[in-house]
Amino acid sequence: MDAGCHSEGTPGAVDTALPRIALIGSPNAGKTSIFNALTGMHAKTGNYPGVTVSRFIGSTRIGDQRYVIEDLPGTYSLEPISPDEQVMVDVLHGRLDGEQPPDALLVAIDATTLRRSLRFVAQVLRLGLPTCVMVTFTDELSGRQGHLDVEAFEQALGVPVVRVIGNRGQGIDRLRERIAQWRTWSAPVLPPPADPAETDAWAESVLTFAAYRAPGRHRVTQRVDAVLLHPVWGTIVFFAVMVLFFQTVFTIAAPLQGYVETFFGWLSGLTAEHIGNRWAAGLLGEALLGGIGAVLVFVPQIVLLFLLIALLEGVGYMSRAAFLMDRVMARAGLEGRAFVALLSSFACAIPGIMATRTLPSAKDRLATMMAAPLMTCSARLPVYVLLIGLLVDPQARVGPFGVQGLVMFGMYLLGAVSAMVAAWAFKKIGDRRGALMPFYMEMPPYRLPSVRSVLVAMGHSAKSFLRKCTTIIAVTTVALWLLLNLPLHSDAELRAHGVDPGDSAAVATYVTDHSYAADLGHLVAPVFEPLGFDWRINVGVLSAQSARETFVATLGQVAAADDPEQPTQALRSMTHTDGPHAGEPLFTAPTIAALLVYFAFAMQCMATIGVMRRETGGWKWPMIAFSYLTVLAWVMAYLARTVVALLGG
Amino acid sequence: MVRRPSASPHPRQLTDDAATAQRPAGQVSLLADLPRGHRATVVRVADDAHPATARRLEDLGFTSGTEVEVVRRAPLRDPVVYRVKDYELCLRRAQAQCVLIREAA
Repeated sequence: MDAGCHSEGTPGAVDTALPRIALIGSPNAGKTSIFNALTGMHAKTGNYPGVTVSRFIGSTRIGDQRYVIEDLPGTYSLEPISPDEQVMVDVLHGRLDGEQPPDALLVAIDATTLRRSLRFVAQVLRLGLPTCVMVTFTDELSGRQGHLDVEAFEQALGVPVVRVIGNRGQGIDRLRERIAQWRTWSAPVLPPPADPAETDAWAESVLTFAAYRAPGRHRVTQRVDAVLLHPVWGTIVFFAVMVLFFQTVFTIAAPLQGYVETFFGWLSGLTAEHIGNRWAAGLLGEALLGGIGAVLVFVPQIVLLFLLIALLEGVGYMSRAAFLMDRVMARAGLEGRAFVALLSSFACAIPGIMATRTLPSAKDRLATMMAAPLMTCSARLPVYVLLIGLLVDPQARVGPFGVQGLVMFGMYLLGAVSAMVAAWAFKKIGDRRGALMPFYMEMPPYRLPSVRSVLVAMGHSAKSFLRKCTTIIAVTTVALWLLLNLPLHSDAELRAHGVDPGDSAAVATYVTDHSYAADLGHLVAPVFEPLGFDWRINVGVLSAQSARETFVATLGQVAAADDPEQPTQALRSMTHTDGPHAGEPLFTAPTIAALLVYFAFAMQCMATIGVMRRETGGWKWPMIAFSYLTVLAWVMAYLARTVVALLGG
Repeated sequence: MVRRPSASPHPRQLTDDAATAQRPAGQVSLLADLPRGHRATVVRVADDAHPATARRLEDLGFTSGTEVEVVRRAPLRDPVVYRVKDYELCLRRAQAQCVLIREAA
């Protein structure tokens, strides 16, 4: 194409004068790998207005011309059955506010499912937009003794057809040449029949003309499924895969996270050494570096989770897991695919919430997002370890099991069960408006994903986590540091209160005890008093708002523990400083139980709130989640306290 | 307009494989009742299915005259994997009850 093209102007593109090309196709047709091959890693994600569907827009340069490429959500039909699908159809018809329809369409169809896919192609061709068909997985078609004459197929359809194998990069150059000629793409002489009843006959005539021979069954898939979907073996393998999944996350990510923490601890130690002013050193070393560290400490775990999800997804196991778990998830009103999201939330709610994108129903997506923070994420682990250590004697046993381990297991169970109940409740509320979506899920053949496509999927997710969460985590960390360390105290003031300015542990305790956070802790004391929390516990709970595990160190600091990371002894000897219980031990069994339960339910993770805001496109849902979880946490903690107090006499 | 889909408003009972094992060949029955390993031809999507659900089932391949085979059931009996138009997909019982089939004589 020459430069004259550009000066003609693209009719109607509002935000850009560039030609806008939309990619459509059914899920598993290889659309996303084509999008990635065309646009590289430069895709922007946003949301379609009003719905929680991510919108992927990228661009590509062919010759002198740039093109905007939009990856539309995968679908089997242009007859919408949900608000999400409606949005996609609205994009195609140019009914979205302030937007024209795309200038041209690229339709991805899987060569091994042509009999089904041609119905979709018929619907697309009837839109009347310039269209190019991309036939994917032709290698698999021939591998399974199928056949398609692509030239004849092009003739029969009347529109350009390109053979593309996206994840191997095959056919991408040819596709780019075709895109550059989009203005001259041929259109079918006769559009496909409008009557759905006639579509099958049209499809058969096209396939016959193109000498199509359907692929044989995928032998590997048949054999593997015979085991993986077997009622007994399949279930065993499923649990083995899940155990391996978490084992990998904990054995690989945990040490890496330890390194990140150690590194930032060392950095902040350096700043303390080199900056004389205690306060300036704290602001730089603990608040700013701490904020960056708080973001980066998430990274190993999240990247690993995304990698495992991308791998299982790419191979095709995710739909098998969803198939096996569908009946269980149906109890909560959800479907099998929601299982993947809730499962990831066992490690961290963030990838869990991002994984809800695979759910076709918006109501399912929201219900899963509302439930995900209840799953026991790894940040709760150190808090549970500390509190259970205070609550239960390490020697106590029930039969062969240590009681500590049983309580820990109980906390995980509590998280999972309450997540299911929460999902069920939100689904119930959501279902009152509009009826159920039908459930269907393709079981694609097992495919060996290319290393590149897995890495790209992982990279996209990790990048969007960093983009979405860096600000909110860093700001929260800095703000909490300021709350915990302001106002300033001069050395003279410290001495006047009997604190040696050289004793950093004593200074830290004094600063925390007289900080704005302490004021806040006193302020909210009446609210948490029924749970047995005093203002110092409140400060710890408040500090956990940036990351739950911070609770341990903050309490340690408040209790003036010699080693704030191991505050068990110091906490045992803490007593109420004022009020009717003055002098009595603070960490009684009912109070510890209340704290444990409070941490199980409360939404103490700003990163989760941030991701929820991005995924739902507004503050409404994160605020609902925050409010309901906080109220629930208080009520459940109160119940736990009452029950434990009754049991203990 | 978004048409509101729903499962069949009158879920039919009597749906055990054993109970329907001796249904005569050539008669119209429900896809949901077809035993594992059996093949049948789709007659049509039931009239009482929600129009949007019906349309989607057709777009997924359950059109008149299409051959369908029950590949396997999930360990907890539901959902079920079907093979239709050269690919495999799973449906829950509620959706499979919307498809009328005829087993080969």
